[in-house]
Amino acid sequence: MGNREWEVGSEKWQALRVTLYVLVLAVFLGAAIPSVAQDGSEGDDSGLKKAVTANDVNKIAKRVYCPVCESTPLDVCQTQACADWRDIIRQKLEEGASEQEIFDYFSNLYGDRVLAEPPREGFSLLLWLLPLIIVPLGAVFFSRYMRNLKATAVQSVSVPDTAVPDAAASSDYLARIEKELENN
Amino acid sequence: MIADIGYFALLIAFVTAIYAAVAAWYGKSKDKMRWVESARNATIIILPLVVLSCALLVTSILRNDFSLEYVWRVSSIEMPTYLKFTSLWGGQAGSLLFWNLLLAIFTAVAMARKWHEQKELMPYALIVISMTQIFFLGLSAFVENPFTRLDVIPPNGNGLNPLLRHPGMIIHPPMLYLGFTGFIIPYTFAIAALMAGKLDDGWIRTTRRWTLVAWLFLSLGLILGGRWAYDVLGWGGYWGWDPVENASFMPWLAGTAFLHSVMIQEKRHMFKMWNMFLIILTYSLVIYGTFIVRSGVISSVHSFARSAIGPLFFAFIAIMFIFSAYWVNRRRDELASTNSLQSLLSREAAFLYNNFLILAILAVVFLFTNYPIVSELFTGEKGFVGPPVYEKALAPLFGLLVLLMGVAPLTMWYRSSVKRLGRAMRWPAIASTITVIVLFILNIRGWGALVGFWAATFATFLTLLEFWKGTRARMKRGESVWAAFSNLMARNRRRYGGYWIHMGVLIMAFGVIGVEVFQQETQLRLEKGGSLTLGRYEMVFNDINRFPGPDDLMITEATMDVYVDGRLVDTITPRTELYTRTGQPMTIPDARSTIAEDFYVLLVNWEPTSANSATFRVFLNPLINWVWGGGIIFVLGTLIAAWPDRKKQSVAARSRRVAIGAAD
Repeated sequence: MGNREWEVGSEKWQALRVTLYVLVLAVFLGAAIPSVAQDGSEGDDSGLKKAVTANDVNKIAKRVYCPVCESTPLDVCQTQACADWRDIIRQKLEEGASEQEIFDYFSNLYGDRVLAEPPREGFSLLLWLLPLIIVPLGAVFFSRYMRNLKATAVQSVSVPDTAVPDAAASSDYLARIEKELENN
Repeated sequence: MIADIGYFALLIAFVTAIYAAVAAWYGKSKDKMRWVESARNATIIILPLVVLSCALLVTSILRNDFSLEYVWRVSSIEMPTYLKFTSLWGGQAGSLLFWNLLLAIFTAVAMARKWHEQKELMPYALIVISMTQIFFLGLSAFVENPFTRLDVIPPNGNGLNPLLRHPGMIIHPPMLYLGFTGFIIPYTFAIAALMAGKLDDGWIRTTRRWTLVAWLFLSLGLILGGRWAYDVLGWGGYWGWDPVENASFMPWLAGTAFLHSVMIQEKRHMFKMWNMFLIILTYSLVIYGTFIVRSGVISSVHSFARSAIGPLFFAFIAIMFIFSAYWVNRRRDELASTNSLQSLLSREAAFLYNNFLILAILAVVFLFTNYPIVSELFTGEKGFVGPPVYEKALAPLFGLLVLLMGVAPLTMWYRSSVKRLGRAMRWPAIASTITVIVLFILNIRGWGALVGFWAATFATFLTLLEFWKGTRARMKRGESVWAAFSNLMARNRRRYGGYWIHMGVLIMAFGVIGVEVFQQETQLRLEKGGSLTLGRYEMVFNDINRFPGPDDLMITEATMDVYVDGRLVDTITPRTELYTRTGQPMTIPDARSTIAEDFYVLLVNWEPTSANSATFRVFLNPLINWVWGGGIIFVLGTLIAAWPDRKKQSVAARSRRVAIGAAD
């Protein structure tokens, strides 16, 4: 009978709902924040030419896509154009440019589409915001829908009690019966 | 001459499809079964016609008939014979014809086999499936005709795109297409059920196995595609959130949601409307997926406008969607649920949570995939969404889905008690927490990875426990462990096949977290005899050779010794291949592969390699083989679930079903 406490509108149900919203929100914020934090932290310009390794170049090239080669990041692409772009990255790194400055350089010249991660401003901000809006909004509609389904259940008593495995009596035996019934 | 016959067969097939639609409609409206039967025979006749057309196209390829534009595009004189066969689906026009072949096979089999089983639905099913066939046959006959001739006959052809010569790529497209076309059958019967007003779950039972088989092929296609990318594309990964990949992932997602939610309808006769929506969505995404792949619309809106194929697809999706929506609307009262939800903690509710999460993932993927088009429409500047964005947005959703995968099987129909669920989850929760603590002590860091590992471990324990509980219940009847386990599988194939699938996905989840979070890489130029270290691995560059391969291939192959903790464990040979005629290079990796990780080496061709030094890019991919291993278990699980029942059993099952229905 413990189930009744979880009925729609009950205190526990409300608590569950709020917890769910908070969880979903937390998960999404959690997904967004570390990446935001990352953005500002790069880039110290200590003058002079630095020794730049292929790994340093790859780290940036991984997240740049030239406009010609479809969906192939710069670190993988084999064309001459992409090799030239990699050289540009190397030069910029040697001159002490930060990651963000190199991304900006390419996006100023060729547009945001060369970046694996579109900037969080202007039109492409939409891209970042929409999932954060759509999914929680969907969750709200979905929980409303579930609640309505549940509400009609309270009015209509359509299921014989025998079909409801009682919590206390639901031993392995009943579980097995249920399994057998389901076999089709 | 041969090509002319091939084209003629295609034209007749097109006309036959129109005839089938008209005859089925006429027969139904005038109540003349002979016309409906004639329509059925027409859909079956389409199969040999399309087979003939395909066979003649392949013959033209084998005969090096470069007067055909398609043959010139995808084949060449020197190409090995087996590749000439697979060139049938190596280009646009051919793969559409191949699509038609698979659709014709599915249609003929469905119409021949289900004739007696679902007689009332048949006239409508014939109309619906013929509409799809008219569209695709028409596309092949008039827009993307593989038999189009060139004015000047070239002496030799281009040859198949080197990327498509890998064994993985040879079977990957047929798998995807089988999955795509397979889903057309359940859609057809769903709409037929709407039109006939027969809204019991007959259409679901009739097409259940079709749906599973289509889903199996689509899954296989996705897994093989990943393997192909890993083996051939040379970037150390297996999935890049490319629009073309997403195009097959989206119908898979919708199909997965459908496979789960139909179980509610079968068991509880609920959510008829929802299931209709899901199968219509799956069908639309199948057509849309074909459209994305074939029109190149994502890479450029301009290719959409240039080729006639884009607007035609668009129109067809719109027509079928409106057609479907019209019938759903007409039957909306009958589709309304008669039963209702008893509890938010029940099996049916769990299936709905699953549906919500999957559709949320689908919505995000759909949004990101189409962003380039939307961006170009609104800002005039083409946009791009790279993998990091997908990963950030989807990781939490996938995590929740993994959790649900473990918990949902514990719930019962109608309602489950919190106490019982809590009791069932207590030990797995403790065990997985301990596992994660151990991982932490073993110096595995990153909260995302640890949370992910925890969820996957928790779900794995819960799933294993389900197997164990069932086995133990049977053992109490005196069966041995093995007999109990195998009988359990045999008697409940669908349920336990499903759990095997879950196990496969969970194992893949470990692999995905391993690669995504803990991948290491480095790149270095080595002189002969020089070495490179990554993790516990040391690699020594022994030798490099250049030699000609088959056809126009020039191969450069490096020989590397791999040491672990100072001990020689393997010799691997990463290489580059250059197709000299087209000048297209390929980077073929080689790897020291173990359950724990792949030491994956690429011979990078950035600078022209001199005789004595070369640049290598090396990846350490932890748990990558779990992705493939999980994939195999996934496929086996689907086979268990889809394996046909013996006749006797199914009769018994049917009578039992009636009994359950009465009890409801």
